[in-house]
Amino acid sequence: MQDQLFPWLILFLPLFAAVFITLFTLHSRGLSAFLSIGAIVTGFILSIIFINANGWNPATTEISRTWLSIGSLQVDFGFKLDALSMMMLLIVTGVGGAIHIYSVGYMHEDSGFSRFFACLSLFTFSMLGIVLANNFIEMFIFWELVGVSSYLLIGFWFEKPSAGDAAKKAFIVNRLGDFGFLLGILMVWGILGSLNFTFLKGQLIGNPAALGASATIAGLLVFCGAVGKSAQFPLHVWLPDAMEGPTPVSALIHAATMVAAGVYMLCRILFLLNPDCLSVIAYIGGFTALLAALIAVQQDDIKRIIAYSTLSQLGYMVMSVGLGGPTAAMFHLTTHAFFKALLFLSAGSVIIALHHEQDIWKMGGLKQKMPVTFYTFLIGTLALCGVPPLCGFYSKDSILAQALSQQNYVLFAVGVFVAGLTTFYIFRLFFVVFLGKEKSEAVSHAHESPAVMTLPLVVLAVFSVIGGFIGIEGIYHAMFTGKTEESAGFASTLFAPFTHSPVAASLGILAVIIGFVCAFALYAKAEKDPLPEKLGGLAVAMKNKFYFDELYEATFVRAHDFIAAVMDWIDRWLLEGFCIGLIRGGTDLTGRALRLVQTGNIQTYAFMFVLGVALVLWFVLK
Amino acid sequence: MHVGLEHYLTVSFLLFALGMLGVIMRRNLIVIYMSLELMLNAANLALVAFSRFNNKLDGQVLVFFIITVAAAEVSVGLALIVALYRRRQSAHVEDLTGMKL
Repeated sequence: MQDQLFPWLILFLPLFAAVFITLFTLHSRGLSAFLSIGAIVTGFILSIIFINANGWNPATTEISRTWLSIGSLQVDFGFKLDALSMMMLLIVTGVGGAIHIYSVGYMHEDSGFSRFFACLSLFTFSMLGIVLANNFIEMFIFWELVGVSSYLLIGFWFEKPSAGDAAKKAFIVNRLGDFGFLLGILMVWGILGSLNFTFLKGQLIGNPAALGASATIAGLLVFCGAVGKSAQFPLHVWLPDAMEGPTPVSALIHAATMVAAGVYMLCRILFLLNPDCLSVIAYIGGFTALLAALIAVQQDDIKRIIAYSTLSQLGYMVMSVGLGGPTAAMFHLTTHAFFKALLFLSAGSVIIALHHEQDIWKMGGLKQKMPVTFYTFLIGTLALCGVPPLCGFYSKDSILAQALSQQNYVLFAVGVFVAGLTTFYIFRLFFVVFLGKEKSEAVSHAHESPAVMTLPLVVLAVFSVIGGFIGIEGIYHAMFTGKTEESAGFASTLFAPFTHSPVAASLGILAVIIGFVCAFALYAKAEKDPLPEKLGGLAVAMKNKFYFDELYEATFVRAHDFIAAVMDWIDRWLLEGFCIGLIRGGTDLTGRALRLVQTGNIQTYAFMFVLGVALVLWFVLK
Repeated sequence: MHVGLEHYLTVSFLLFALGMLGVIMRRNLIVIYMSLELMLNAANLALVAFSRFNNKLDGQVLVFFIITVAAAEVSVGLALIVALYRRRQSAHVEDLTGMKL
């Protein structure tokens, strides 16, 4: 059946592109870009064809081949094909494709152009692997591959020490989470004896207590993986630093896809999580959303503000999963992929126009200089805030409604407050960058980016506008609840949030309005940031990211250095000095002693020879 | 007096011991060489004696081999000693310590 071939093609085309570029076309920039973009766009088209042919719930939901079989451990290499994975396929290849095309413009002066596209393709391959995986081991392998490609891309400009450090930091912090993830996987395998998602789900639905007393621990360990990859508190520190990478990377990996992998994984293994786990997940998500939004208010680097905004939105998604609303989480993940990629790429367009200036207080007045970027950024901003009828409104509202329906008023309040903060910080950015006076010399030379960059912006902007009411939520809803909603009319979908949960919708909009008014009052004509004078110490703490980096530096890094120093001492003095020294010295001394016997006199040798013979004879004849 | 196997073996042992002492104690290479021959011939004597008293010819066959090999050995050895003497103007073992570090 030819359809079965499609997932294989979709997955392996980017890998082929990455390998081919690395081996053969490093010196041919055009061909490299063509291969990389060709692979992902073909993947996008194949995904659409596949979904058209099979619908959202295909007859064969799993294609799998045995890969390893050791005793009772059987590891498959297979694909899980359901609405969840196919929607993610579309996001990864679609948004990823737009970012690939944009990169041609953004990177065209860079000497590592071909290398960049090879890494992008490798990343796409890994991400598609996570999306399609039908068992834990396969997912974990691609999970790590995503980590590796993210490392390569963050450290893309490796001549800069800060980029190298950020890459290492991202990789190591992720490893911490992945360690827990692996332990969780082993635990699940040890208790239930299988790694296959479908099988595990069947078992746990048949017997919810199958995991026994360790259910909470196993669930939380698996959640550790998501904490690392989706940069939740307390492992959130790597994501803002990852902004050292090129802006398309920030958009692709650190906004639209990779960081979403954690949320995707949680939705995939939702059946593993018991109520205790879910409440921990919900509160960690809510706390991350609040923390990151507060930090974002006082950042000055355009990319860092958006990075903290990503953290905050990821917090929303994780919170939603924890509140038992995977539909809302995946819906927000989808719309977030659109508008956050749009924001990042627009920011990239600004950065390129200003020759890699990222301080928002050196921008200003870009509305006239860069009209396309201005409007796309405005759409991204409105979508992020959740202004109806843009997509962010619908997804954020469904999360708030979920919190309300679970009667978790604390997290609902956090959600509404963060919605207000989100509006505040993103409009702060918007006012300072695009409106007001030109704040530096560079702005006067700025001009609009080429079409290869603005075209993806426009496409993403269109989806950011319409993403909320084209039925994405319905697809997820059908997937998670097993019920297909009768397709409501266009108009009722448009106003669904108000009829479904009017309190959540109206409070959400109220928060947006308050945030906007505050931002307008403070920043519409600001020359410099007026907030530090008003908030004093709090603003300083926000600007310094609540000192998390310093705290980790003082505790974990210091403790790690101490252990390393002790180990170094043991290695240097105990192992090398004592053990190895003893053996080496002993051999040396014996050698010196035996050397004295070697006189060079032939008669001594003869005498010893005779002595030896006499000894042998004595032993033999005794 | 009846001459038995033990007398032959005693003579053979004495000859062998003398030869061995000569090899270990004498300094002149030629003399050491002669002592070596003495040891070989002590062995020959013992072999012949055993052959006679056991009424078997194996021992005598072995003796012929030893004589032949000894002749060949002497020709090679003497040639080496002469060459060494031409080079070093000495045939004393004290002067031959080139193997020492």
